[in-house]
Amino acid sequence: MTGTGFSRLRSPEPDPDTKQTTSGAGGGTAMRVIVPLQGVAQGRGGLVLGSVIPCALFYFLQFYLKRHRNEPKDPNSPASEKATGSPTQSPSQSAGQLTELPGLPRSLSRPLLSPRTAGGPVSLSGRANSILKCSDSPYDIGLIRVEEDPYDELGNPDGVIQLGLAENKLSLDLVKDWLAENAREAILGGGRRELNVNAIATYRPFDGLMDLKVAVAGFMSQVMEKAVSFKPSQLVLTAGATPAIEMLSFCLADAGNAFLVPTPYYPNFDRDVKWRTGIEIIHVPCRSADNFNISITALDRAFSQAKKRGLKVRGIITSNPSNPVGNLMNRETIYSLLDFAREKNIHIISNEIFAGSTHGNEEFVSMAEIIESEDIDRDRVHIVYGLSNDLSSPGFRVGAIYSLNENVLAAARKLTRFSSISAPTQQLLISMLSDTEFVKRFIEINRERLGRMYVRFVAGLQELGIECTKSNGGFYCWADMRGFIPSYSEKGELELWNKLLNAAKVNVTPGSCCHCIEPGWFRFCFTTLKEKDIPVVIERIRTVVETCKSLG
Amino acid sequence: PDQMGLAENQVITYRNPIHTYTYTYTFNSKVDSHLLIWLMQLCFNLIHEWLLKNPEASICTAQGAAEFRDIAIFQDYHGLAEFREAVAKFMGKVRRNRASFDPDRIVMSGGATGAHEMIAFCLADPGDAFLVPPPYYPGFDRDLRWRTGVKLIPVVCESSNDYQITIEALEAAYETAQEADIKVKGLLITNPSNPLGTIITKDTLGALVTFTNHKNIHLVCDEIYAATVFSQPEFTSIAEIIEEDKICCNRDLIHIIYSLSKDMGFPGFRVAIVYSYNDAVVSCARKMSSFGLVSSQTQYLIASMLADDEFVDKFIVESRKRLAMRHSFFTQRLAQVGINCLKSNAGLFVWMDLRRLLKEQTFEAEMVLWRVIINEMKLNVSPGSSFHCSEPGWFRVCFAAE
Repeated sequence: MTGTGFSRLRSPEPDPDTKQTTSGAGGGTAMRVIVPLQGVAQGRGGLVLGSVIPCALFYFLQFYLKRHRNEPKDPNSPASEKATGSPTQSPSQSAGQLTELPGLPRSLSRPLLSPRTAGGPVSLSGRANSILKCSDSPYDIGLIRVEEDPYDELGNPDGVIQLGLAENKLSLDLVKDWLAENAREAILGGGRRELNVNAIATYRPFDGLMDLKVAVAGFMSQVMEKAVSFKPSQLVLTAGATPAIEMLSFCLADAGNAFLVPTPYYPNFDRDVKWRTGIEIIHVPCRSADNFNISITALDRAFSQAKKRGLKVRGIITSNPSNPVGNLMNRETIYSLLDFAREKNIHIISNEIFAGSTHGNEEFVSMAEIIESEDIDRDRVHIVYGLSNDLSSPGFRVGAIYSLNENVLAAARKLTRFSSISAPTQQLLISMLSDTEFVKRFIEINRERLGRMYVRFVAGLQELGIECTKSNGGFYCWADMRGFIPSYSEKGELELWNKLLNAAKVNVTPGSCCHCIEPGWFRFCFTTLKEKDIPVVIERIRTVVETCKSLG
Repeated sequence: PDQMGLAENQVITYRNPIHTYTYTYTFNSKVDSHLLIWLMQLCFNLIHEWLLKNPEASICTAQGAAEFRDIAIFQDYHGLAEFREAVAKFMGKVRRNRASFDPDRIVMSGGATGAHEMIAFCLADPGDAFLVPPPYYPGFDRDLRWRTGVKLIPVVCESSNDYQITIEALEAAYETAQEADIKVKGLLITNPSNPLGTIITKDTLGALVTFTNHKNIHLVCDEIYAATVFSQPEFTSIAEIIEEDKICCNRDLIHIIYSLSKDMGFPGFRVAIVYSYNDAVVSCARKMSSFGLVSSQTQYLIASMLADDEFVDKFIVESRKRLAMRHSFFTQRLAQVGINCLKSNAGLFVWMDLRRLLKEQTFEAEMVLWRVIINEMKLNVSPGSSFHCSEPGWFRVCFAAE
């Protein structure tokens, strides 16, 4: 335990503003699920009352207005004028169908003036405007550059090498082989003359076929080396981890509330957690001195500061293995986090999408393992998972929410209608994941390849004087390039990033994109490379860092 | 067991008399089962045949598996170019090539449900409203409102003029909103209509474009039943109106929602698109589509299928023919027992007039009648009130019921 004096046995003081709701086997403090979705989740009349009554009122008002207005009908104004100037409809035809706005010449392109719509540009939503206003981040720019000029050993040897996208191409061949042997049967059904229609037409339940849930639960178990047994009924499947995170955000917090998120974090959290939900992210800085591990002190400080600002914190989002650093959370840290969350009565979202992509000797511990034994925290921990990383198939769009909180599951289930997994893909994956032999082999070989690449790549960087933090998970390493930036600032960091992208033609992710509080750290993804590409990459980076040795 | 005598989880085997294939389906009464089974009966043997002839399209052969390497990794929110091109071409065909669609304006989303939500997120802020002429698909109340905070304002439409949308009614609804201090951001129309099965006339469409232009509000056209138009009058897409009326229309206000669920019988694929003439909306929607991307495997499969011109043309013709037959048979049977339906030429359902069967012209009486129909006649119908119909006594029924 860190020196904050929390004890697991201390009884929690509920936040005075939190409404106590009953929820399953939560015991102690109950978790509050946001009100609008609570109604939906509990099947109360929210939908009916919410729509019928306002509708009825509007009907009444409209009928009232209709009877009391005296609109002059102008049978001579054209029902519609063609640009070609063809003759207008005869009055008898148009009068029966619709009444035209009187006296409005068709050529008027300026919209009708009214206090609300005084001509001018078309207005979109605030969300749309915010996206359009912000310029591309280095993260985006890098991706675009690679797209435009991708490296190919033979075809385009001077192209940009991609080290900025956390994708794993190391073991695609294994999946390809499986498909070549098994996919036909998986999709078209057993026997050449029979077709399982469910493969094509089924679209309910929205949160995924039970067979797929069973398969995914089994896969998650295998990936975490059987330390946890995941119950399929506690899974909600989504079209990718991206909507899973957004859905959980909608379920656990209202617009204007906040989540604490340790930095550096995955750049797209800003989109997934904040964009459409209106929820804020409060950065909780992790430092190199702690090897970028979470500090409860920092969490506590951030929580207090938020409270002073009048921001209601609803939860913490942690990633384990973390992105971009690649740390694994140890048991002690997990217990400390749970204590903290319990004391503040907030949720924990544990993003474990790289759980199967670990390498080295450190033990991976899932939050699921801890909450299996800790009764009192069952309602507050929710795990996000997905097949994109561990199965190298981001294209298939398979994500999952695992929770023991029935309210959260119920609400999330209803939201999956907006992001369901495609039926043929469900069928394919049921087959693939049920092939436990294949899965076992895949996980083993993939881990081995991952470990090997990591060791080689990190060694390569070391040759250049670039040290990386110790990491045991993910597709990347977290490199210390503070010795190579022209100034100890974000600006200096971006200058180096620029040189790497444009002079060395290597796309890496600068720490500022991940909101790292210390400048000079970079994320290098090595899983889109082949082993023989490593020397090429190192040479390219060498050309830049040799000219950059500056700060003492 | 329901009217077709099917029990929950019963496995149904269909044997197609022409081909020697059989296919199985596990009955699930929670699904809109008759619609689904009927869709499958209608379309499936054609699709099945195609799938078997083209296994590489679903990455089932060694050749197809080689493609997989790129497909499995592909998660670009732009979507596969071949997919967008194939969908653009298909949309054009369905509209008898009287409108053409630009693949770069196609933005994917996970099903029509997701597409509706996405367009609401792009166009409106919480508290803003869309005008929606009833009767309308009940799902709108959920899809457009739940997470977006957007309101829906019904517009008066009456059976006396066959539920035509009138400018007068639109103006009244707009004014009501103004008086209640609610900002109207757009008008949402479904053409062909669910639940009515009717199409909006060209003139009315033109008038709607004019109305929305004048108010400077968006016009969102849900055209997911476009390929289910089986007889005259012909269907006019808003895309045709735009292409004709280049001068008087601000294209930045026009958006189309489309999906392959109904036209192709692929609800399980979760493929829908938002087609916008507004560049900013395309850009924003594309970024938002990350929350509901279509599986790359599915994109690939659909791209292959829709690129097969012969198959597509045959499919569209065959589907229309069967729909017409079913519709005619069904409406005739109803007429024989003295039940009239709204004259319709599209969709997979009819709008029945049961007003004279009501004890009194109230929605309570409608619910009483509905329970009788469900329990005693064992006919799966939906009461008009669930579609926000202003007059009691109307019911939507899908053709599959016999």
